[in-house]
Amino acid sequence: MAKKASSSSPSHSGAFVWTRKDIVGLDELSAREIVHILDTAESFKEVSTRSIKKVPALRGKVVALLFFEDSTRTRMSFELAASRLSADTILFSSRGSSVAKGETTLDTARNIEAMGVDVLVIRHKQPGAPHMLARKLRTPVISAGDGPHEHPTQALLDIFTIRQKLGRIEGLKVAIVGDIAHSRVARSNIIGLRKLGAEVTVIGPPTLVPSAIAAMGCRISHNLDDVLGEVDVINMLRIQFERFGSNQFPSLREYSRLYGLNAERVAMCKKNLLVMHPGPINRGVEITSEIADGPNSCILQQVTNGLAIRMAALYLVSQGKE
Amino acid sequence: MKRILTAKQVTSAMGTLYRSVVAQLPDDSTLAVIGIRTRGKTLADRIVRRLREDHPALHIEFGVLDITFYRDDLSRRRGVPLVRATEIDFNLDDTWTLLVDDVMETGRSIRAALDALHDFGRPKVIRLAVLIDRGGREVPISADFVGKTIKAPQGKRIQVRLKEKDGEEGVFIIPKP
Repeated sequence: MAKKASSSSPSHSGAFVWTRKDIVGLDELSAREIVHILDTAESFKEVSTRSIKKVPALRGKVVALLFFEDSTRTRMSFELAASRLSADTILFSSRGSSVAKGETTLDTARNIEAMGVDVLVIRHKQPGAPHMLARKLRTPVISAGDGPHEHPTQALLDIFTIRQKLGRIEGLKVAIVGDIAHSRVARSNIIGLRKLGAEVTVIGPPTLVPSAIAAMGCRISHNLDDVLGEVDVINMLRIQFERFGSNQFPSLREYSRLYGLNAERVAMCKKNLLVMHPGPINRGVEITSEIADGPNSCILQQVTNGLAIRMAALYLVSQGKE
Repeated sequence: MKRILTAKQVTSAMGTLYRSVVAQLPDDSTLAVIGIRTRGKTLADRIVRRLREDHPALHIEFGVLDITFYRDDLSRRRGVPLVRATEIDFNLDDTWTLLVDDVMETGRSIRAALDALHDFGRPKVIRLAVLIDRGGREVPISADFVGKTIKAPQGKRIQVRLKEKDGEEGVFIIPKP
C-alpha cells in the first residue's frame, strides 16, 4: 500500500517502529500496528518465491508451539513460518501430556519458558489464555486462537489477502456469513476490518448471530440475498458441526439453501467479488464446489498468505523487545 | 549536521566510481547490478541507466537487496522498522555481479549482503562498489570500486543524500543516533 510514498521516508527519521511484545488479538493493536504487520508480511512473501526459501532472521531462536486445542493447518503454517525464518520449533500438544496430569496452563508455559524459548505460539480453548500468558511471561506470545474469542493471525491474513486483491481496505463492504456467535475468525475480522475503515455486515440465522455483536460496529442481517448486490468481499465461515446439537437450525439443507454461497448468488454480486473461507470447507454446505474453486475464490491464496503473515508476526515479536 | 561534500563533489565521486567500474566490465557474462536498500539502490539505478546508454550491447540486470534479515545485530536493536522486499527476479548464477552501497564503514552490511546473495544463486564474480569509504572496518572486507575515500571521526555517521530520495545531493556528518 502506498509503496512509493512510504519508501521515501527513511527508517531513521521517525518512521513507525514496532515495539509490542505480543500479538494476542486485534483488539489490542492499533490500525498503524496492523498495517505494519501487513507491510512486513509483504516483504516475507518474496522469501517464499525464492529457490532457497529461508532467511536467517531468527537463526538460533526457538519457537514453542503450545497447542492446548487441536489444530492442523494453523500449526503447520506456524511451523513452516518459523522454519523459513531459520528458527527451531518445539511442539507441545495437550493430548497425552502433563495437562492430562493436572498441570495448569501457566505452569506448563512457565516450564517451557524455563527451557529457554524465544517465542510462544499458543492455541487454547479458554478465551483470554494467551493474554494471561502474555502478562505473566517475559517471552513474547502470539495467539493462534483462543476459544471463540480471537484468531488474530487468521484475520490478519484475511485482511492481507483483501488488500492484495482489491488494493485497499478503507471503504470496502465486507460480509461475514455463518456462525458468528462461536467464531473467533469472525470476531477478529470484524475488529481488524473496522479499525482499517471497512464496513462489515454479519449474516446468518438469528440463533448464530447474537444481536449484541452490533456493538462491535457491524450491521446485522438475516437475509443473505439482501446484501449480495453491494458487497466487495464475502467471507464464508464453516459450519462447525462438532459444536452443535441439533437445535441451532432446522437442517443443513435449509441452512445451505438460506445461507450457502452458490453460482446463482454470486451472479447477483459485483463482478470482482472476492470469495473467502478460512477452511476447512464443507463443500455443498456453506459454499458449493463451483464457487470455492471458481474465479472469485481466493481461498488458497489465503493459505499462502498465512505463511507470510505468521513469518511477520514471529519476526516482529521476537525483535520488538530485548 | 555538517556538509562534507557538495553536490558537485558527489557528481565527481560518482564519475570516478562509474569509470572504475567500466574499466573492468566483463565482455561475455551477464552483468547484474544490485543495490543495497535504500541509497545503494538509488546509486545502482544511476549506474544501470548510464551503462545502458553507454553500452547498449551489454546485457544488464538490475536488482535490489534488503539485508535486514541477514544482519548480525538484529536482536541488539530496539524496535523493528519496516523491512522491505528484496527484488531479484532473474537468475544470479554465473553473472558478473556488482553490489552497490552508499557508505562503507564496518563492512558488516556487506557481509550480510553476501550471505543474502548466496540464497539467490551463485554469481561467477561479485564486485563491490561504494560511493564513500569512510574507514572503520570490523571485518576483513574491502571495496573494489570507491567513489571517494574520506577520513570520518569515529562515533559520527556519514549520510549520503541523493536527489531522488532526499531532494538534494551531498554528503554530511551527523551524530550517531
